[in-house]
This record gives sequence, structure tokens and C-alpha cells, in this order.
Amino acid sequence: MEFLLIIVSAIFVNNIVLAQFLGVCPFMGVSNKLSTATGMSGAVCFVITLATVVTYLINKFFLVPLGLTFLQTIAFILVIAALVQMVEIVLKKISPSLYQALGIFLPLITTNCAVLGVAINVVTKEFTFGDAAHMLNLGEATVYALATSLGYGLAMILFAGIREQLSRSNVPEAFKGLPIAFITVGIMALAFLGFSGIV
Amino acid sequence: MSKLGLITKGLLKENPTFVLVLGMCPTLATTTSAMNGLEMGLATMFVLILSNIVISLIAPVVPDKVHIPVYIVVIATFVTLLQLLMQAYTPDVYETLGLFIPLIVVNCIVLGRAEAFASKNSVVDSALDGIGIGVGFTLTLTVIGIVREVLGSGSVFGWKFIAGDGMLAFVMAPGAFLVLGYLMVLFNKLAKR
Amino acid sequence: MAAESNLKNMALSLTVVCLVCSALLGGVYAVTAEPIRKAEEAKVAASIARVLPGFSEQPSLEKVSVDGIDYTYYRVPGTGYAVISTVDGFGGPLSLMVGISEDGLIMNTVVLSHSETPGLGAKCTTDESFIDQFKGWDPAAKRLEVRKDGGEVDAITASTITSRAYAKAVSNAVAVYSKLTENE
Repeated sequence: MEFLLIIVSAIFVNNIVLAQFLGVCPFMGVSNKLSTATGMSGAVCFVITLATVVTYLINKFFLVPLGLTFLQTIAFILVIAALVQMVEIVLKKISPSLYQALGIFLPLITTNCAVLGVAINVVTKEFTFGDAAHMLNLGEATVYALATSLGYGLAMILFAGIREQLSRSNVPEAFKGLPIAFITVGIMALAFLGFSGIV
Repeated sequence: MSKLGLITKGLLKENPTFVLVLGMCPTLATTTSAMNGLEMGLATMFVLILSNIVISLIAPVVPDKVHIPVYIVVIATFVTLLQLLMQAYTPDVYETLGLFIPLIVVNCIVLGRAEAFASKNSVVDSALDGIGIGVGFTLTLTVIGIVREVLGSGSVFGWKFIAGDGMLAFVMAPGAFLVLGYLMVLFNKLAKR
Repeated sequence: MAAESNLKNMALSLTVVCLVCSALLGGVYAVTAEPIRKAEEAKVAASIARVLPGFSEQPSLEKVSVDGIDYTYYRVPGTGYAVISTVDGFGGPLSLMVGISEDGLIMNTVVLSHSETPGLGAKCTTDESFIDQFKGWDPAAKRLEVRKDGGEVDAITASTITSRAYAKAVSNAVAVYSKLTENE
């Protein structure tokens, strides 16, 4: 039951792009086409979940015992950068087809603030899912990271679908490109606001 | 480019928000009021100027293949420095801006300027570039903050000019995207002239 | 121009940068540790002063477990208890400090942190008629629930869930008080 609440809350209620404003740059950057949006979503999903688990463990067994939590930001970003590199190398060796699909998005992910944002959120924020506020344990953190990145994928794929239609419509000159895209996301965010309060 | 040009380009020609479209996350998330936007802009400017200075100094001796990790470490150091100082001396501001202070590390503006400008130019020019882009970013965030606060709360910098509430959607998430979208339209229209 | 990218240079430059940066941060951390602690203490003290008027010196933090949930509270001898109570609000955790006098009356409440909707639920931090109704509340005589649920708490307009959570947080704090005083 609790996991269900985490999932619904992370995907719909506190959608990472539409409610938390994380990862907006790549969201705008690669949502032109449905196929690239799907690829990017897959890569983000993979990296966010992996990075959250790794940074969670590093924080718990290394930074906290040593009293070095003030180095969180710097440690996490280095871990994420190294992790992305590693995923790239491993993927190239193990699954060239998957690498073909996700490869070009991987370097972009290091500076996707969604990854660092989720990693920091998980170890610093208290969460309430129908019970008392508490820090997430490893299992909850993993589910939260996975659900959050699925929410990212959902928003991205929905938006890419709308944007493909948008590119064929007659938009006033000054609205062309990003302005109309932002206004569209605004309307999507309004729709997602309807989910608030259900968890 | 003249020294003055370096400082003023961030306002219009290379405006980080409307022209370069970088650093969207803090732009959207922290502009719920004019004051929040201003504070976020200043925090980013602090990191931008210092990292630009240091990176322009060390760029000549950093091997090409590791320059990105080195820059990231430098930027992350200044962000952590800023976090510690804010926690100590402005804890309220630190709490309001929350997650978006550590996230300055991955703000594409900072790494972008390091890579595109500071690594190739002199210390003085890089510092001026940091100031210019920083001022442009701060002003833009403040303007977005003012618009959202006026529409959403009926106040400016906390000074209320209507009784009761404004249009709440504008201080919530959707308003951020809508205001940014329409301000971009306005900017495009005016820039075309 | 940039140094050659051989292994020695790369390892050397990364090591040097990391060492210099960590030394710098370690130094700044040592300098700011004391002000950060003071700032946190001042914040707690300010909250306690609001919920327990008349308290003078920093009381020590204590912990107690009620119904499987751990609560943090401050005991001010002769005045009462300041209990920190966190519940699930509309947008996320809603954390209150509740001041309860020696004889079990609620003295005042203050929101420590929240993620309620701006302009609606977030009014629980500013709406005086809502906050002030808890001052002097006798939990033995009046039920700590919003009127919709059969209690006597006047909810904030259009923010029933936030008001309900607020009332729940206060009643949880009362439960902590009862547990602390049951053996006296």
C-alpha cells in the first residue's frame, strides 16, 4: 500500500517536471520528436534509479558516519558523472543495440538537474505517505526514484506527442518555437494540478 | 568586445533566459515572488563570477580530456561554499530556495560560461562576463518574479496593493510555465523591432 | 595552451584540484560550523518562545515514542511542553510546534515547515483567525477536529485537508502530552 502511494505521488501528484521543475532543459530540448523523447526517457529512468541507489548508499555508509554531509553536493555530482560514463562504457560492450538507442543521450544526463535533484531530495527530505514523516529507506528510495523517473518519461512522451502536432499548426510568428512550448507545458501542468491532494 | 559590452550583453543580446534558454529549472521554480527570484539570481551570480575567475586562471594547465570534471569540481566547490555561508548567515533564504541552491552545480549557465568563455579568455574579461550574465539572469528572474507575484498574490516585493488573493495559479507550477512563455513572446516581439 | 592529455597529467590535475577544493571547503566548514549551529538554535528558540510565552533559556531536546511514532519535544519547567508534531498535509509533510501548558491547555501553535498550496493551505502560517483559535484550547472540552468531521476547529476556507492535518498534528501533540504526564 505504501509503495502504491509513493508511486502515484511521484508520477502524478508531484510530477518531477510539471510540479517540481527538475530537468526542464532536456525536457524542452529533446521533446521535438516522439522517438527521441522515448529514448531520452529510457536513459533518464535508468540513470536516475541507479544514481539514487548509489548516492543513497554512499551517503549512508560514507558521508554520514564521517560527518562529511556538507560535501554532499560535490560528492553526488562526481558520482553521477562517473556513473554516467560507466553506464556508457558498459552499455557499449553488453548491449550495442540499447547503446544505439540511448547512447547519444547519456552525456547530456550528467547536467540534467533531475538526477542530482532526486538524489539530494531522497537523502535530505522527509516524506509522508499516509503515515508519519520519515526519511526514506533504501527500498522506498529505489521505488521513489523509479516512479519519479517514470513520471519524467510520462510527461516527456505526452509533451512530445503534443509538440509533433503543434509543429504542423499555424502558430503566430512571435509564439513559434519555445514560447508556445512553454505555454503548452503550462496548460499540461494545470491539468496535472488536478491530481493534487489524492495522496 | 568592449569591457562595457561584456557587462551589458547579458541583458539583451545574450540574455540567459530568453535568448540562450539556459538554467530553466531555477528560473521556473524559484520565481514565486520578486524577492525569491532576486535572491536566486544573486546566488547564481556569486557562483558564476567566482567559477569564471578560477576557471580562466587554471584553464591553461588543465589537460583537455579531463577539463569537464575539473570544471565541475571547481563549480561544486563554490556551490558548497555558498551553501555553508547561506546556512550560517541567511538561514531563512537558504530554506526558501532549498534544493535549488545545490542544483546551481548543474545549472547549464555556469558550466556553459566556463566552457564557452572563461576557458578561452583573460581573468578580467571572464569576471566581467560572469557579472554580465549574472546580472542578466538576476534581472530576468526578478522580472518573472514580479509578474508572478503581481498576478498571483497581488503584491510586489511583499507590498500588497489589493486586498485578498490574486490568481493563485500564477504562484503555482502552471503559472511559472505560462508567464515564462508569454514573456518570451514579448521579448521576441520587442527584439524584432 | 592546455597541457598534454597523458595519464600522468590527467591524474595529477584531478588530484590537485580535488585536494585544493577539499582543503578550502574543510576550512570554510570549520569557520561556519559554529554560526550554522547558532542559527539553527536561534530558530528553535524563536519557535519555542512563540508557543510557550515566558520561556527564558534554551531547554534540552528530548524524545518520546507514542503509538509507534517518535516525537521530539522540549520541556520548559514551570511553563509546559513544546512538542514537534509532523503529519501528512495536502502537499507533503506539515510540521508544527505545539505549546502545551502544565495543566494541559494549548498555548499556541507555530508551523515549522510545510509544502501546502500557496494562497490556500499555506494560509495556515498567516491566517490569524485560524491560528488564534487554538490559543487556550482545552482538548478535554473541545474536540480537535474540523467542524466537517464533528469537531470544533474552524477550517480555512477551501483548505479542509490542510486544516484537518493541522488539527491532527495538534491532537497528536496532545497525545504526547498525555503520555508524558500520565505517571505524574
